[in-house]
Amino acid sequence: MRAALPLALIGRAVLRGLGSAGRVAIFAGSALAHILRPPLYPREFAIALLNIGWLSLPVVGLTAIFTGAALALQIYSGGARFSAEAVVPQIVAIGMVRELGPVLVGLMIAARVTSSIAAEIATMKVTEQIDALVTLSTRPMSYLVAPRVLAGLLTVPLLVACGDVIGILGGYLVATKSLGFNAAAYLVNTLDFLEPLDIVSSLVKGAAFGGIAALMGCYFGMHSGRGAQGVGRATKASVEAAAVLILAANFVLTGVFFSL
Amino acid sequence: MIRLDGVHKSFAARQVLRGVDLDVAQGSSMVIIGGSGTGKSVLLKCILGLVEPDAGRITVDGRDVHDGDHDAFLARFGMLFQGAALFDSLPVWQNVAFRLLRGRLKRPKADARAIAIDKLRRVGLSADVADAFPAELSGGMQKRVGLARAIAADPAIIFFDEPTTGLDPIMAGVINDLIREIVTEMGATAITITHDMTSVRAIADSVAMLHEGTIKWTGPIDRMDAAPDPCLQQFIHGRASGPIAALR
Repeated sequence: MRAALPLALIGRAVLRGLGSAGRVAIFAGSALAHILRPPLYPREFAIALLNIGWLSLPVVGLTAIFTGAALALQIYSGGARFSAEAVVPQIVAIGMVRELGPVLVGLMIAARVTSSIAAEIATMKVTEQIDALVTLSTRPMSYLVAPRVLAGLLTVPLLVACGDVIGILGGYLVATKSLGFNAAAYLVNTLDFLEPLDIVSSLVKGAAFGGIAALMGCYFGMHSGRGAQGVGRATKASVEAAAVLILAANFVLTGVFFSL
Repeated sequence: MIRLDGVHKSFAARQVLRGVDLDVAQGSSMVIIGGSGTGKSVLLKCILGLVEPDAGRITVDGRDVHDGDHDAFLARFGMLFQGAALFDSLPVWQNVAFRLLRGRLKRPKADARAIAIDKLRRVGLSADVADAFPAELSGGMQKRVGLARAIAADPAIIFFDEPTTGLDPIMAGVINDLIREIVTEMGATAITITHDMTSVRAIADSVAMLHEGTIKWTGPIDRMDAAPDPCLQQFIHGRASGPIAALR
């Protein structure tokens, strides 16, 4: 019996994990179905667009510009070891657009938006506002979840595009102001090197990460436990899940685009 | 009429409702009393379809609450929640007119606002509070806004969940009087859950006592004091000793 205990623990953990994955998948399916069927709530959608998209722009911009600038310095000093300093524009461009732009924007959205959605919806749950919505003949999936998930799917690619441009700008500023690169040549190298598929992959990743971030916030908010502790746990779990899923999805999507 | 037949509900290993049978006549005001944690709120949520019973049947005017269009079914209900459950992000008038701004009862915004202000007046609040946010109001005012929201669409059935909890005795009296007046005036069927005996005497036409997951006693309010049930007597007189354990 004792020998079987570790196996039983592993089995229970696997079953719990599969159960959670199933619940999240059902929730995601329901959220997507509610996006496509009426009623739609334009006001809630507009608020979600503002909160997820516009109000995230400053943090996305700051993250991207510092990352692009640091990337330029790293590539310059690393490239110098084998006389490849000249590749700074190309590597900054491809690094930002294919990888760092979407991932960092996704993680910043997970930190800023997922936590805020989870805390808001969890607070609504513990104060019976979600029950109140139901008694007022309003489906929480249509009113709370669908507008946020749709806004995440639509705005995060735009944020990623902004992050890509600002990140490249960060690299450009460091390269031209302190590393001695010619401004025009830097821009020409950047634009010549990028391919349409790089930009498409960046935007697709943005949409996927935006959807994941909003879904995790909604899922953990709607399944929050009671009281302040329940809200805190839901918020923490939502950010952890969103961050891990964004990184996992990044790996899968990178593999998919790499194979094209 | 609202009818519950043998309603059971458990959460994990904890049996909350163990066969509740209850009839609430149309147009009457039923108050359900019972200690904390005895399943009063769960019972209301079962009737509304927010919680699905494990067994038993709940019908409203002969129709099972889980059959047909649930949104249309809920359109007949109004509910005042224990903590008012107002939407923080909406001003007071939009909370009150929530149902009138969307869905099948949707009407022009100006009309919805006028109705909201009328309902706010009905519960003793001036039009000045219409544009305030719930967080700017006192607990008593929030309850009154919750009451205005519950009656905004003139529902046929109204539920009140602990309407006076957390209020001072004067404000509790105001809310009790308002509930009684509104229920009488609208001719609505009302179910109130509370353990405040002052509320029971002010609001009830009939009383049901929920204890250990079943209805221990039910009858008209004027027979409550003379009823022989020892659980009921212990509860209404607030005695620490008796068949109901003080520590649960």
